[in-house]
Amino acid sequence: MLSPDILLAGTINGLLTGAIYVLVAVGLTLIYGVLHIINFAHGSLLMLAMYAAFFLWRSTGIDPYLALPLVAAGGFALGYVLYRCVIGRLSRGKDENILLVTLGLAIVIENAALFFFGGDTRTVEVSWAAETVEVGPAFLPLAKLVSFAAALALCAALGLYIARSDTGKAIRAVARERQGARLVGIDVEATFAISYGIGIACLGAAACLLIPSFYVAPTSGHAFVLVAFTIVVLGGMGSFLGALVGGFVVGVTESLGGLLLGESLGQIGIPLIFILILLLRPAGLFGSRA
Amino acid sequence: MSARAATAALLAAALVYPLLFFGDGAWLVRSNYAIDVGMLALFAAFLGQSWNVAGGFAGLTSFGHVLFFGTGAYCSTILHVGHGVNPWFGWVAATTAGAALGAAVGHLTFRVGLRGSYFALITLAFAETFRVLANSVGFTRGGLGILIPLDQRAAALQFHDPIWFYYLALALCASGLAIAWWLTRSRFGTYLAAIRENEDAARALGIDVVRQKVRCLALSGAMAAAGGTFYAQKYLYIDPSIAFGVDRSVEMLLVAMIGGAGTVFGPLVGAGAVVALGEATRALSDARGLGLILYGLLLVAIVGFLPNGLVGLVRAARRDA
Amino acid sequence: MSMQTGRNSISRRRFLAGSTAVAGALAMPRIAGAQAAAVRIGLIHPVSGFVAYNGQQGRLGAVMAIDEVNQAGGIRALGGAKLEALLGDSQSKVEVGVSEVEKMNEAGVAAYVGCFQSPVGIAATQAAAKYGTPFVIDVGASDALVSRGLTNVFRLKPGFGRCVDDAIATLGELNKAAGSPAKSVVLVHESGEFGTGTAKLLAGKLPSIGLEAKELIAHDNPTRNFDNVALKIRALRADIVMMSNYQNEYVLLAKTLLQQKVNVAAMFSVLGGGFNYKFVREQPDVAEFMLDHNHWFNPKSTKAQALKKAVEAKGGLFTFEVYLAYNAVMLIADALERAGSADKAKLTAALAASTWTPEIMPYGPTRFVNGQNQGGQGATLQALKGDIEVVRPEAFASAAAVFPRPKA
Repeated sequence: MLSPDILLAGTINGLLTGAIYVLVAVGLTLIYGVLHIINFAHGSLLMLAMYAAFFLWRSTGIDPYLALPLVAAGGFALGYVLYRCVIGRLSRGKDENILLVTLGLAIVIENAALFFFGGDTRTVEVSWAAETVEVGPAFLPLAKLVSFAAALALCAALGLYIARSDTGKAIRAVARERQGARLVGIDVEATFAISYGIGIACLGAAACLLIPSFYVAPTSGHAFVLVAFTIVVLGGMGSFLGALVGGFVVGVTESLGGLLLGESLGQIGIPLIFILILLLRPAGLFGSRA
Repeated sequence: MSARAATAALLAAALVYPLLFFGDGAWLVRSNYAIDVGMLALFAAFLGQSWNVAGGFAGLTSFGHVLFFGTGAYCSTILHVGHGVNPWFGWVAATTAGAALGAAVGHLTFRVGLRGSYFALITLAFAETFRVLANSVGFTRGGLGILIPLDQRAAALQFHDPIWFYYLALALCASGLAIAWWLTRSRFGTYLAAIRENEDAARALGIDVVRQKVRCLALSGAMAAAGGTFYAQKYLYIDPSIAFGVDRSVEMLLVAMIGGAGTVFGPLVGAGAVVALGEATRALSDARGLGLILYGLLLVAIVGFLPNGLVGLVRAARRDA
Repeated sequence: MSMQTGRNSISRRRFLAGSTAVAGALAMPRIAGAQAAAVRIGLIHPVSGFVAYNGQQGRLGAVMAIDEVNQAGGIRALGGAKLEALLGDSQSKVEVGVSEVEKMNEAGVAAYVGCFQSPVGIAATQAAAKYGTPFVIDVGASDALVSRGLTNVFRLKPGFGRCVDDAIATLGELNKAAGSPAKSVVLVHESGEFGTGTAKLLAGKLPSIGLEAKELIAHDNPTRNFDNVALKIRALRADIVMMSNYQNEYVLLAKTLLQQKVNVAAMFSVLGGGFNYKFVREQPDVAEFMLDHNHWFNPKSTKAQALKKAVEAKGGLFTFEVYLAYNAVMLIADALERAGSADKAKLTAALAASTWTPEIMPYGPTRFVNGQNQGGQGATLQALKGDIEVVRPEAFASAAAVFPRPKA
């Protein structure tokens, strides 16, 4: 029953969905690449950013796309402060403590959202979100085309920023060799906080691009956590190009897996890629060997 | 107080605890709730200990330990419900399956040299793979889950009175402590410690690193799988998200890390703290989520202010004294 | 959405104190007072976690019923004894649900109401059975809840078996009346116990009304994207999409099918988790003409309308969790009146023999067989012009069904 048309449409769907994953994973890969920690609060911070986009839309009618710079800036501020005041301070540089702190933060954030916003599903209704563009056999949702373009742009911008700017150079130096960076006079703690902030700012952007075609509830960050980890590992921890390619690979695998194996069993594609890549090429597609 | 005396006192307290609350002859007050909470703490301690054997003693930090738990739960339950095997035998089979799975996962991952967060992430992926499989294949009944028929006889590994589940959990916890204690004394434990501290140096000393790590994960997997059967027999229903849900993996590593990873009593202390914290914060507030906010904050605070876990706090106090 | 816990529900702090008998002895005099001793009812709902919203709604309904009973003078047969709610959060975890049962037992509850999720309900009812305490399932679709021979378990609402039979009958009628335009069905369901069980039953019964079940598509919770499901449905050229899933996926699926221009004669959900006033009002274009067979109140009942207004006045939604939990408490209140005692055995007997008629529901008199009420039924609903209308059963209908849906 699977005609080439469907497979083609499924592949395109996978690429568009993958773009959303890229947006979530870019922040995670930056945080991992620099801090070498697994940020368990990533999903709940994404959820928080989606609520920000939702409430901005509901109270002032601002389209989530226009709110993007605002939410991203808010994400940066929150991430910076969170690292400076909580994660960095309480973890005392021990990686396993950072893990536990981000875990605790995730619990706090999720239940604070439940307490303040309630548990019901919120959606943003903007007229163009229902629009589609017909391409061959597929109806492509406009919202997803936009996020596709945005994912490419964001990765490029971030890559350039890290490669060219002074801050970017400091981030790279810290990522490679903490002690050495400290010796040449880089404020390592501040660089960590900035990196964490940028990572969360990416989540802010992702949230604004995601919400028109999704929904938000206190637990809706969970849906993206394992996917984001998979992409980060697949692409190589710390690599933006890797996150970009990894996101598309995961999106297409999930999409075709769902078509061929069924939506439920098809989910197995993601952890399987994850396992295979770790066993065969643990540094990922674009990572340097750790 | 010497370590041995402290251990004896702790064990005596654990043995006596349910008598304070059990039945008409309760010494203090009749309370199955108190027994239930005690059981939950001991059970969490046992699962935490299973994580600790790998994560604490050998540095094999796992995010997917629920993989073994769920495998054990499904193994004994399918044997029991689908093939009429007595759950006591099923329990043995589940423990064996957990060991085999641990060895298999270890074999796959350690041979290619995965460690640190790479190992952590691959265990997470294995657990997720098993969850998806359990959700899709026929012999687990997919998302319908498996209901174990009610048959409250000791011969069927079910008990009418919660006190017996308490003592069963205590037995598990005590065996976990014995295993951990053995790891601090045995040659095998020394190998693991050497590997945890510096794998390359351990190899240079002639330790077969892969082999020791595989053995360690098999031991840890057997323990978690035994826990899975206990859970299934206590609550009589399992489905893919109960058996392989990421929450339980997190809880296992949490109790060990909060208490003090790599110590014999860390998981027990951590489980006591986490369960007590959970019950207290749940009881303090009716408002949705408020109890859990408090729970999360206290967690962060414990990590922030007690860098070596609760056991570290006790040690520091003894050193000062 | 504000969460009213109600005047007569005791606070957590006092409950904690009352939960062990030692402290309970201290707290007792305050509670007892001059009146007859209050009858405590334990409410166990998942008010945090993945289904927190549903759990909160259930709690809201139960607490409103308790307030109503108390304002009307309490339980007359017990000298005007008040009902008192103990509020429990299962956190969607089986072991926490059981722990709540044990704790509430020590606080002396006469009955429990819960648990939303069937797995929690299965373990919790079994724990309550130890004490012979009656347990009324307000929401919980699995028929395993009432088929295990536990004599303390009661469920007023129909299980998914009955709902499937009624939904199939309605769909058969609608299709026949329209000249049988629909020939085939695709079923989309969540992969847990509720969705899988419902879809399998449906698929087995569709041939009896001349419809072919082309495929069952199971999806996880949460599902991030339904674009491919839409593709598949379009490729299968099915005439009807039947779905059974929870709120988030329900809404996302409905939106996607509209966006992907999947043209079908009907979208018909059975126990559709997201088919409620919020969905229909916020997304009228998506919801229009959707059919759902679900637990529903009797729209012709003035009491139901009054309750609906009261919930909406609190800023809440009148969803099925609210009135099912409300009814569960009212059933217990009625049984207390009949038993003339809060004794567990007498209360259980009174429940088992109950002939109470829940007037806000399209139900007949209650008749329990093995704990399952035989007098209950769901209703088939349709979203029409931004509102929800009952289209079946005829006796309670507020509008005529539109089937097949007009071509866009």
